[in-house]
Amino acid sequence: MTTAFRQYLDLCGSLLYWLFVAPCRGRGWRVGHTFAQIVRIGVHAVPMTSLTALTIGVVLAMQSAAQLAKMGATVFVPGLVSSSLVRELAPLVTAVIVIGRSGSAVTAELGTMKVSEEIEALEVMAISPMSWLVVPRFLAMVIMLPLLTVFSIYVGLAGGWLIGHFSLHMSTAYFVNHALHYVALRDVGISMLKSGVFGVLIVTIASSIGLNVSGGAEGVGLATTRSVVVCLLSVFIANALLTALFFF
Amino acid sequence: MSTAPPDPASGEPIIEVDSLVRYFGPQKVLDGVSFKVYAGDTFVIMGGSGCGKSTLLRHLIGTEKPTSGSIKIFGQNICSMHPDEMHKLRGRYGMLFQSGALLQSLTVAENVALPLQEHTPLDSGLIDTVVKMKLEQVGLTGHGHKKPSEISGGMKKRAALARALALDPPLVFSDEPTAGLDPIMTAVVDELTQRLTQKIGATVVVVTHDMNSVFRIGTRIIMLGTGPHQGRIIASGTPEEIRAHPDAAVQQFINGDPKGGGDDCAGETLYRDTLLGLKGTGTSLSSQP
Repeated sequence: MTTAFRQYLDLCGSLLYWLFVAPCRGRGWRVGHTFAQIVRIGVHAVPMTSLTALTIGVVLAMQSAAQLAKMGATVFVPGLVSSSLVRELAPLVTAVIVIGRSGSAVTAELGTMKVSEEIEALEVMAISPMSWLVVPRFLAMVIMLPLLTVFSIYVGLAGGWLIGHFSLHMSTAYFVNHALHYVALRDVGISMLKSGVFGVLIVTIASSIGLNVSGGAEGVGLATTRSVVVCLLSVFIANALLTALFFF
Repeated sequence: MSTAPPDPASGEPIIEVDSLVRYFGPQKVLDGVSFKVYAGDTFVIMGGSGCGKSTLLRHLIGTEKPTSGSIKIFGQNICSMHPDEMHKLRGRYGMLFQSGALLQSLTVAENVALPLQEHTPLDSGLIDTVVKMKLEQVGLTGHGHKKPSEISGGMKKRAALARALALDPPLVFSDEPTAGLDPIMTAVVDELTQRLTQKIGATVVVVTHDMNSVFRIGTRIIMLGTGPHQGRIIASGTPEEIRAHPDAAVQQFINGDPKGGGDDCAGETLYRDTLLGLKGTGTSLSSQP
């Protein structure tokens, strides 16, 4: 545990160097690699994120409508859907999807490269694995997770609108006005901040575990499982702390 | 046949290893290893499985740090070197890994082009030409577009050799370069290694236990011991000196004799007695009727 934490801190220190110091010394970010990772981590996650966000929006609207109808307060459904999505569910659920899709892939890919000596080959060719492998994934994750979260908010609201419009007979203008009324710009900003923090946690944990794999194919499998578990726990804990800090 | 070794008096050593010791936990893997490699040498490190050959090579390329001792490459101590300096030094040597270690996400040609793209200002057209030349050298013309997963083990090794030679480095490390190759390809790789030293003047450090290759390409040889001599140099010299070495373990290794005489390679009888718990009891199964 202590060794893993030390390895994590080592990776973070090295990552800071390659993100901020190395570009000043003529070793810039690899733009092509970063775009490739943006496509893999972000663009390819859009269908899965859409479907998940849509179902969450629909379920949230149905559950809240069922409870609020008892008090004759279904007018609050749009506000409840929008504030729940923006403040908590969109950043959290998007992070969980990205952990399952991309966090595990980062650990498995780097771990396989480690056990097949590819990482060592890069080092010997005087190509930093941090610069070549980790920095592009970090930048892609930190850029794309907040964007995917914004996308999730929109799709989730569309899911809520489906119930509001077709089941609760609200007009589109009414739903949108009420949904926006209960969400402040600050909430959206905090949602983006949460996504950014989750992105940093996911990519650093997944990379650190992947780069320190040992034990062949079995080691890669165990590391991938550990990566998903640690990423999920870290994101849930960070979410609780950030919610307590900004909303409580 | 092996060529004459360069004269050590002719200059400073390219590699100087002094009293290298490495522990993994309580196990001593390298024990006081010292040697020098001079420019133009084809320096062979041989020894039985688990004797520390590959570990020694990893120390030489700077991916492992020794417990004690020093390693100087091109006169610079790599054990206490700043990462930036190590980065610069690594541009001056190539490494052929035992598994090839080609990047699976790139094609064979992209793998060979990688060091050129990273460390030279050459334009893509010129890089393509150099890559074609390197692939031709190792007999892989027409295979550049394939991914490493689409070629055989021997082809991977040759592609990795082409990548190691991409920058025409003055120093090349090679871990089991002929393992898994057929006899013809083994001879091709050996010939390439000889050409490196004779025509380009490169220095080559090879880890191998292919005895044909050892005596075909080696100009200086060391042998690491196993068992009680784990990680120590038990023989060192020119190919002729190694062939005539008096140590029974060295002769057993060279001749591939299963019933040899060294303490560390005592062969089938000692192995069997050890397994049966008869070792050291004064009784051996082979002495029984």
